[in-house]
Amino acid sequence: MANAQDAVFRTLADPTRRAIFERLCREGETTVGALTAGAGVSQPVVSKHLAVLREAGMVEGRQQGRQTHYSARREALAPLIDWTSQMTGFWESRFDDLENLLQRMDQ
Amino acid sequence: MTSNDTETRSVLVERHMAHPPAKVWRALTQPHLIAEWLMKSDFLLELGHRFQFSEDWGSIDCEVTAIEPNKSLAYRWDAFGLESVVTWTLTESGTGTHLRMEQAGFRKDQEQAFQGAQQAWPQYLSALEQLLEGLD
Repeated sequence: MANAQDAVFRTLADPTRRAIFERLCREGETTVGALTAGAGVSQPVVSKHLAVLREAGMVEGRQQGRQTHYSARREALAPLIDWTSQMTGFWESRFDDLENLLQRMDQ
Repeated sequence: MTSNDTETRSVLVERHMAHPPAKVWRALTQPHLIAEWLMKSDFLLELGHRFQFSEDWGSIDCEVTAIEPNKSLAYRWDAFGLESVVTWTLTESGTGTHLRMEQAGFRKDQEQAFQGAQQAWPQYLSALEQLLEGLD
């Protein structure tokens, strides 16, 4: 688990790469050309980042004609997340708010 | 709270509240009060009533599945492909109410849907903060 986390963190540590992954999460399947248009870096650089993301299993590519369409694999973030502790944190803070409300309410 | 991959798992939060059950019950069942500590909703205290909790990041589909006034309340809590049930149990104690919340029914294969949901993405992970900001 720790190794899987390290791999995801390493992959997302680069801001340009993270921005590419973010766009793929937000916009769905996208080509290298379209990604380059908004990336502020050259197409070879985008391609290099995509290769790293692909290597880490965070994106996948689908060949169509001469173009590859890339999409995010959100499930690759799974090693980072323990939903039980996430939800427990959510409910603990809701309990705090409920307790505050009860103090303000009339009997 | 966590177990092996095949079982359903649940989240359990319990707390003693220094208030009587009837008052806690009101806070759990009146929409304008629910909105103050949980989320906005069109909740109604009626068995089978379907409602939604809504937040900036989306909404949760719910249905009231059990009502025992001042004692217990359960509703389905479905979001992002997840199907769970939230059950509230109020037990009178000498000095107030023991309040118990169990969210049950997550299966391992649903966990990934949950994990893909931005609401669940860990805010404490700084590497993902920017990513979160970019997601509506």
